[in-house]
Amino acid sequence: MQDEQVEVLLDDFLECYGYDFTGYSKASLRRRLQRLYLMDKFLSFDEFRYRLREDPVYFNHSVEEISVNVTEMFRDPGFYKVIREKVIPLLATYPLIRVWHAGCSTGEEMYSLAILLEEAGLLHKSLLYGTDINPLVLEKARKGIYSISFMQQYSRNYHVSGGQREFSSYYTAQYNMAQFNERLSGRMVFATHNLVSDFSFNSFQLIFCRNVLIYFDKNLQSHVLSLFDKSLEPLGFLALGSKESLRFSSLALQYRAVEGREKIWRKMQ
Amino acid sequence: MKNGKDFIVIGGSAGSLQVILKIISFINNDFSIPVLLVLHRNMQSDSTLEDLLSAKTNLIVKEVEEKDVISPGHIYFCPSNYHVLVEEDHSFSLDDSERVHHSRPSIDVVFNSAADVFGEKLLCILLSGANADGAEGLQYAKKLGSTTVVQDISEAEVAYMPEQALKLGKVDYQLSAVEIAGLLNSLEF
Repeated sequence: MQDEQVEVLLDDFLECYGYDFTGYSKASLRRRLQRLYLMDKFLSFDEFRYRLREDPVYFNHSVEEISVNVTEMFRDPGFYKVIREKVIPLLATYPLIRVWHAGCSTGEEMYSLAILLEEAGLLHKSLLYGTDINPLVLEKARKGIYSISFMQQYSRNYHVSGGQREFSSYYTAQYNMAQFNERLSGRMVFATHNLVSDFSFNSFQLIFCRNVLIYFDKNLQSHVLSLFDKSLEPLGFLALGSKESLRFSSLALQYRAVEGREKIWRKMQ
Repeated sequence: MKNGKDFIVIGGSAGSLQVILKIISFINNDFSIPVLLVLHRNMQSDSTLEDLLSAKTNLIVKEVEEKDVISPGHIYFCPSNYHVLVEEDHSFSLDDSERVHHSRPSIDVVFNSAADVFGEKLLCILLSGANADGAEGLQYAKKLGSTTVVQDISEAEVAYMPEQALKLGKVDYQLSAVEIAGLLNSLEF
């Protein structure tokens, strides 16, 4: 698929469905559209385009396929160690702790944070807002049911990040699935939200947005960072993915890195 | 090779690190064509790899960061746990989507993406490895006019990867590590 063809599809998405992908990095979109085209065995680009334009069900399926939903619990354990030791203690004094997980996907990182809040005795006064562009992943996040085959690795991540308890105490195993405790999901709220077109909807002390900005071009990155800035209280924290940074953003001057290499910043002004 | 090259991608898995160190230690100090290394590795820290590579060359060794613009005189390497893609404007993107051939970074992903952008201005080199990653990408790149090289299977510590590439179709050259370095030094930017 040529870059021009990708552009044609993105124009269609905007025109027919109001989804604006034009600020996404092209190479990743191209690869995923190409993959979808091959997987569903289209015979020509025109056929692919026609189906995407005329069949809203197929379009929704394609949005799911082209957005990346790879995630894990306690992803980058060193990052969670800093959240546990340097960030959460500073949240303890707030009467209500509000956290936004922007692009939360299937919710694994929300359950990770909920576990840390519970261990700090703060979960009862915390609210975790999970948003994503894709309603299907939010349904999975709400349920908190994941394959049991991942639990060994998640348990390892949890302990490397400083967790002291039995990781299995946080879920109930049934057949080949693990369902996380409802006292964790009971403090979560989910809604679809599009970082490209939707506005700030609350103010928060902590915003997580991990491995989302890497899929955006520079303009969209700066748009989204300013949306986060508007949504973050003074002295609040912004937590990004391990290869994402504020370094080229105009916000860099108002934020201070919490600790060395982990991508966690505190809003100073 | 008729054309000058604008970009070189070298992919390798098991048994390829020594080969890569050898190749870059032979590359001329004024070598200007940007090189991207795609290595499968087991959780070695990225700074260790950077130190190993920097010890062998005076060229600038740098882990790919998202939006970096591909620049002359650099030897880039992929960060662990991310795919690397090349944009039309010759910048890099990172992508944490599913593993390909159990690998992230995947060599196929980089060969495909770099070939889409650089076409015949691209040189793809596939080294030793115990995995089929890179074989399809090498064929894809050849189809788009890129020059393709596999490490000589009699020299490769684990020949499976170059063998898979040869099984899928024609490859332009089969070379030893020293010959690969010689080829690189003969290229025009």
